[in-house]
Amino acid sequence: MVLISTPFWHNDESMDMDWFPLWLSLRVALLSTLLATVSGVALAYALANGRFRGREVLDAAITLPLVLPPTVLGYYLLVVLGRESVFGRIYEKLFGGPLVFTWQAAVVAALLHSAPLLVKYTRAALESVDHSYERAARTLGASEWKVFWRITLPLAQRSIFAATALAFARSLGDFGVTIMVAGNIPGRTQTVAVAIYDAVEAGNGALARTLVLIISAIALAILWCANRLGPRQTPA
Amino acid sequence: MILARIRKHFPASAESAAFTLELELQTTAGITVLFGPSGAGKTLTLDCIAGFVRPVEGRILLDDAILFDGATEVHLPPQARQCGYVFQNYALFPHMTLRENLTFAADRLPRLERHRRVNEMIERFRLTEVAGRKPHELSGGQKQRCSIARALLAAPKLLLLDEPARGLDAPLRTELYAVLHQVRAEFGTPILMVTHDLSECFELAESMVVLHEGRLVQTGPPARILEQPASVDVARLLGLYNLFPVEVKSLDPGNNSCRLRFGDWDLNGPYLPGRLLGDRVTLYMRPEQLTALPRDGRPLPNQIPATLDRIAELPQSVRLEFAGGIHVEMTRAGYERHRHNKEWVVEFPKDAVRVL
Repeated sequence: MVLISTPFWHNDESMDMDWFPLWLSLRVALLSTLLATVSGVALAYALANGRFRGREVLDAAITLPLVLPPTVLGYYLLVVLGRESVFGRIYEKLFGGPLVFTWQAAVVAALLHSAPLLVKYTRAALESVDHSYERAARTLGASEWKVFWRITLPLAQRSIFAATALAFARSLGDFGVTIMVAGNIPGRTQTVAVAIYDAVEAGNGALARTLVLIISAIALAILWCANRLGPRQTPA
Repeated sequence: MILARIRKHFPASAESAAFTLELELQTTAGITVLFGPSGAGKTLTLDCIAGFVRPVEGRILLDDAILFDGATEVHLPPQARQCGYVFQNYALFPHMTLRENLTFAADRLPRLERHRRVNEMIERFRLTEVAGRKPHELSGGQKQRCSIARALLAAPKLLLLDEPARGLDAPLRTELYAVLHQVRAEFGTPILMVTHDLSECFELAESMVVLHEGRLVQTGPPARILEQPASVDVARLLGLYNLFPVEVKSLDPGNNSCRLRFGDWDLNGPYLPGRLLGDRVTLYMRPEQLTALPRDGRPLPNQIPATLDRIAELPQSVRLEFAGGIHVEMTRAGYERHRHNKEWVVEFPKDAVRVL
């Protein structure tokens, strides 16, 4: 168990404060946001530009985690990632241990929680880029790859950053899926959201209050950034 | 040069009625304009040629290259068509400077060559001072020149322009025409441009293609189309005509003459080949071909008494609008002489009488 027992500000209440959940949550959120951004932008591009069958079905499937109860998602994840599953076995072979009930599983949970939102917003951002810029680039001989990297992405980047910030904020807050696939192991898989639940259950009001305030402050700061980054009228 | 046979159908939707574009089009060297009212399919034609829109069937050739062929399922992407496109909003990339915009178009050239070509274009189109600016810091004329220069840098075989003069004020319009004449003279790139401004056709075009409701209705040099519209529709589109229903009363090939019944009056005109007695035809006269004179006793042949409804002052002339939709355009000097006149006759010169 990692204990950061004396933070730089001394306070009687926080003397024996366990900061691990906060660091774990930030680490999980950072990693899941990174994964969500890379895969999310790719998926959003496919959804925005792809001319394939089942495009809207894929869109619906990606949106599903936003509406399903977390326990349902957690159950699916346990089935797909569990030690008995194909993926679970491959993962165990590769990394020498199971995925479920580790902090990496919390990353997967946070990813599932935040990626749908990111894909939605990113798709909207990519589609909102004035098509005449992309068309102009094409008539100038630019490949689709170059059009995406040099025109579409730079013109949509503010909105994509905003979406990324939102995804980060959201992945900080997952509770249901995390507790089902990563569990509630203090010092190993206990994220802030889970720790708050735990603290309230245990009657540790001070800890719950502190964590609630910190998370609220972080979320507020991120939303403020996201709003500032949000779609702005680009001067023509 | 472009040779296109295109068919494209849009079924009726909540916002619009069904629309079918079906035309065969051929351009020559120099500037060709696609002329027609809004919704005639001009921009759609351009988009089919550029490869943004896939026609249902037909075939599009640019010089010897097949850009599209419905039968063999050939549909080249815009990247492979070598068609430059100047958008109505110029579509300059807003996150790049003017120079970066131009460099983007020349990316495939080797470094030194690219640099040289970009600089040459910047100079030719008088953009040296503003090369480091972003598009929103440029004036309308600079944006326009930049977007034309950018399109030319990719060495297109054909330059497509979508209503480049729309929304421009008069000085910018004149500047645009000068730039397009420069492009024709210095680069020799054939130009196909969309417009619904007739004076623009005369200013720029060697050849004019008139579109109406998705169909090509006439093609030829602007002066000839104005002289001889192919149909009442075309005459209406050109918007410069008096159009009146008349009836053929007599035909005399020997004297090269005919008589037309216009309301309660008779008009003499040249012989009308291919018409029969009693045919109902449309008389068309340009406003400047008619003359308005003070009424002096009984009207002479080919004069019709008319009541003046309205006087419209034009930049170079005066247009007298008479009852029955007869429009006469005369010089300011000509009008001044009869300024206080009350009763008018309109003279239809015999040689100018034409029917559709």
